[in-house]
Amino acid sequence: MSVTTHDDTHAHDHHDHGPAKGFMRWVTTTNHKDIGTLYLITGLIMFFVGGAMALVIRAELFEPGLQYVDPHFFNQMTTLHALIMVFGAVMPAFAGLANWMIPMMIGAPDMALPRMNNWSFWLLPFSFVMLASTLFMDGGAAAAGWTLYPPLVLQTGHALPFTVFTVHLLGMSSIMAAINIIVTVFNMRAPGMTMMKLPLFVWTWVITAFLLIAVMPVFAGAVTMLLTDKFFGTSFFNAAGGGDPVLYQHLFWFFGHPEVYILILPSFGIISSIIPTFSRKPLFGYSSMVYATASIGLLSFIVWAHHQYTVGMPLAGELYFTYATMLIAVPTGVKVFNWLATMWKGAMTFETPMLYAIAFVVLFTMGGFTGLMMSISPADLQYHDTYFIVAHFHYVLVPGAVFALFAATYYWLPKWTGHMYDERLGKLHFWLTTISVNICFFPQHFVGLAGMPRRIPDYAVQFAEFNAMSSVGAFVFGFSQLIFAYVIYKAIQGGEKASSEVWEGAEAHGLEWHLPSPPPYHSWTEAPAQALISDLH
Amino acid sequence: MASTTKDAYYIPHKAQWPIFGSIGLSTLLAGFANYLNGHGFGSTMMIVGLGILVTMLFGWFGTVINESENGIFNHQVDISFRWGMMWFIFSEVMFFAAFFGALYYTRVLSESWLAGDSSFSYGSTKELLWQGFTAVWPNNGPGHVGGLEDGTFHPMGAWGLPALNTLILLSSGATVTWAHWGLLAENRAQLIKGLIATVILGFSFVLLQATEYHEAYSEMGLTLGTGIYGSTFFMLTGFHGLHVTIGAIFLTVVLFRSIRGHFTAKHHFAFEAAAWYWHFVDVVWLGLFIFVYWL
Ligand code: HEM
Ligand SMILES: [Cu+2]
Repeated sequence: MSVTTHDDTHAHDHHDHGPAKGFMRWVTTTNHKDIGTLYLITGLIMFFVGGAMALVIRAELFEPGLQYVDPHFFNQMTTLHALIMVFGAVMPAFAGLANWMIPMMIGAPDMALPRMNNWSFWLLPFSFVMLASTLFMDGGAAAAGWTLYPPLVLQTGHALPFTVFTVHLLGMSSIMAAINIIVTVFNMRAPGMTMMKLPLFVWTWVITAFLLIAVMPVFAGAVTMLLTDKFFGTSFFNAAGGGDPVLYQHLFWFFGHPEVYILILPSFGIISSIIPTFSRKPLFGYSSMVYATASIGLLSFIVWAHHQYTVGMPLAGELYFTYATMLIAVPTGVKVFNWLATMWKGAMTFETPMLYAIAFVVLFTMGGFTGLMMSISPADLQYHDTYFIVAHFHYVLVPGAVFALFAATYYWLPKWTGHMYDERLGKLHFWLTTISVNICFFPQHFVGLAGMPRRIPDYAVQFAEFNAMSSVGAFVFGFSQLIFAYVIYKAIQGGEKASSEVWEGAEAHGLEWHLPSPPPYHSWTEAPAQALISDLH
Repeated sequence: MASTTKDAYYIPHKAQWPIFGSIGLSTLLAGFANYLNGHGFGSTMMIVGLGILVTMLFGWFGTVINESENGIFNHQVDISFRWGMMWFIFSEVMFFAAFFGALYYTRVLSESWLAGDSSFSYGSTKELLWQGFTAVWPNNGPGHVGGLEDGTFHPMGAWGLPALNTLILLSSGATVTWAHWGLLAENRAQLIKGLIATVILGFSFVLLQATEYHEAYSEMGLTLGTGIYGSTFFMLTGFHGLHVTIGAIFLTVVLFRSIRGHFTAKHHFAFEAAAWYWHFVDVVWLGLFIFVYWL
């Protein structure tokens, strides 16, 4: 059979399986695009839910003293905000992108295990309902922070077992999604699509999936121990029985540090796709990008206790974790320099995805630098549990992971919907977001260095100005996201028709740009032509 | 290239079972949580949830078995299943790693800190909190949590039942391999005999484990609540026992399918998946035998 080189012929391949009709289409779907869409919409909704909680926190912190919420509720907000942003917004959104893009990028008809794909999504709504319901239980939701440290978290009321089981459900969902992604990439690549031809988004997701399968079970084990300590009399975290609360911290961060890379590696892949397109150059140092990603993945398993410098570790531990953590800056630096070199002397244009990608490079790198500062254990004794930490991880997570998600959305939205988005609104969204995110988080470095603790609803008066600024930035940021939702809604409704290439020259950067916009229900029912694959760079 | 349907990678449509799975599983867990919080209706919810979940398992696996027997899966689908199973087993390995890690951490590190090891720079715990505690494994902590009336307990020795159980599991690894050879040689009698032996050995293991638990609870003062020793002992061996049970059920299904004439020398993913799972359970046991019972 001849191979599809032109878009239109492809659409006719599908006489039989179009999408089913109505609501049940979404409940029983096995289609990677449907499931991708479900993930992405869920991620966006949870972004607003988690965002609303963040605004409760920032409203309370606008002035010193207690104004709007009581301290216990404040702590529930910090805990749920973080859990929802991590597990509800960012991870599902990345899984949605993986579902949409990976089959299209590797020349596959769909994901390798389509029914399991459905299940990994459909566990999420149930988990989030369970988590949200804890707010209304006796004793309120968990309030010990997203890290759920004992012994504090064991004081949670009726919410504790529900929180633990939410973690189990979310873990199952992530593990199934990760298995599916690895199997798809290993087994579903079109002939000629060798591993070293894969777009970096695919590579970074493979490594992310490996991290997920390795660490989600450890987190599941750790929260299981919380459950049995609370209800079945075990002593894992109880010194009187010979256990140790610090054990929980080790287990949690053995999961937690790779988890932060789970949140950022797919972003690296997205940025590595976007910068070449808008620089009109191939990605600089492709194979070094792959190796850097792999080394970050491996290193992420051996640095976890840099989150525990103040807990009382033996000196050898403090030293080891300091040096090991600093090593991560090396492959991360390789990436940043490769992005810069890709832009160097490129014929750059600055559409919204590129603006977000450039902002990512600058602002994520700032978050990386504060990370390096904190990796020095004696220095971290000062930074730990202050707003400096909050500034660090928000720089890597918001203008890092979330900006990458914005960039990806603007970049691929025309492909998904078949319509160009409104570039003017996109740029407005970009500038409002970028300015406000810095107003929100930059001052937190200063108050943190001066000693303002995190996870406390009140603070000393000398921090008032910076906190007020921060809150203003947060509210502007929050409301700017309504523009984002509107731009997506508008592009789904209609607009200028997008070509299959969408962006000038994009065809050389990925197979997805060879499919029509929007692509057919099943992506590549016939393997793409060899020429398409060998022309990629 | 997709020229005939049989060559094409099979993509199922309209999957109803996953949503059953989500409903069943969340009902089960929500029921369990309510039960733990002391709400009577929790246990009813658990039963309902479990019922839905079991229905889902029968339905989902049943569908896939039918598809497999109708020759819908090509070689590439088979490989996807294999990769999927391997990564699933890897995730299980990591789940056990968390509990082995906890055992290592307490036995090697935190016990001696609790007992005032001076190599630990902040080693004043003992002076301030737990005077008189010396770190001898096994123990139930300086507070003598759980145990018999006087706070003591008898640890589980390695050379009685546990050694027998080791022998049983190792032999079952051999019988399942023998069954596999039968399958590869198209010798169905050997396949079935091998599987019957494996399943019997598997369930005997579970039975002996139950006997051991009974003894621990009734006579040795060794319970889940017996300090860190009881915690690690029962959580590790308990999760392992659960996995043996699941593996034995899995093998039983494979046995019934073999009796019905399923599987060929070339096409028997389910058999191999069950066998891999069984070997994984076996290896975990060796770790348990060495680090929990013996050393
Ligand atoms: C150059 C790379 C990085 C280094 C050296 C680094 C270092 C650190 C250190 C030492 C801490 C602990 C500080 C403390 O609590 O005292 C920390 C906290 C944190 N980092 Fe990073 N980090 C890096 C990149 C990232 C990335 C990429 C992310 C996520 C996208 C991230 C997310 C976080 C989070 C969420 C926390 C706070 C966790 C909590 O206590 O709640 N970091 N980082
Ligand atoms: Cu970390």
